[in-house]
Amino acid sequence: MAAEFTLTSEMSATIGKESTPYPVEFTTTGIRAFARGVGYTDPVYFDSEAAKAAGYSSLPAPPCYLGVPIFIPAKSDLTYGQPLQPNAPRLSHGLPNVLDGGTSVTYARLPVAGDTLYFTSQISGLDAKESKSLGKMLVISNKQTFRDASGDVVMTVDAQSIWY
Amino acid sequence: MPTYAELNVGDELPTITRNMGRLQLVQYAAGSGDFNPLHYDADFPQAKALGDNIVHGRMKYAALGECVSNWLNHSGHIITIGCQYRGMDMRGANFTIGGKVIGKREENDQRLVDLELWTVTDDGKVTTPGTATVALKA
Repeated sequence: MAAEFTLTSEMSATIGKESTPYPVEFTTTGIRAFARGVGYTDPVYFDSEAAKAAGYSSLPAPPCYLGVPIFIPAKSDLTYGQPLQPNAPRLSHGLPNVLDGGTSVTYARLPVAGDTLYFTSQISGLDAKESKSLGKMLVISNKQTFRDASGDVVMTVDAQSIWY
Repeated sequence: MPTYAELNVGDELPTITRNMGRLQLVQYAAGSGDFNPLHYDADFPQAKALGDNIVHGRMKYAALGECVSNWLNHSGHIITIGCQYRGMDMRGANFTIGGKVIGKREENDQRLVDLELWTVTDDGKVTTPGTATVALKA
């Protein structure tokens, strides 16, 4: 059953508004948990000695691991853990279901355990589409920038989510 | 891991085959912080509508990264890696992660290799096409 949905100028006005920075920690325990969830067996992502032997200062972030934003119940989405920032761009589109559309990360350097980065996010595009199986869909493109404490960009992420 | 000089366009990366049961999906949820019940709760309405729980798109993205990481064996680093989630992979179904070299170039004193990546189901459907660029140490 396709939901009814129209792209409004109010929605389009959210494009390009950047949220305030929010901290995301890279820790040995967090990196191990992610590597375990993906199914890695490479000891470099689990064993600090193996990581050092491979030339890293501590456990490196596995490729595509964006860290986990610091979780505080009153400040975080309870399902996804993303920060509920007061100034973050938000859309009232009424579509109940979401699927991931795509993700791309570009590294200036690889995060390692011990890093705390600060990320901002902004909506970079909105597209109304129609699919045979899912009906009317809204594709939200999002850009995240992760910086270290001195403000240097460590990585940027482009992602799309599909609401239907 | 071959050196830059030894690599040829068309060379394939060693594949990984995965089959995500509910335990592994819960482990991925814990590691990633994404607790969408679509991925582990059989009674979740969206999962019922789709026929079963589905593998997190970002898990497949990370598995593309694992395929590249295993091949690189820490003799280089990833500059960029991306993918699109074109098809769903269901709980308990095999999918295979693979890749191949589609280009090599030297730029700004870096030895760069471009890769095409994918996940493919047992019946040949590519569900997660992607690309990456890596820089090799040698």
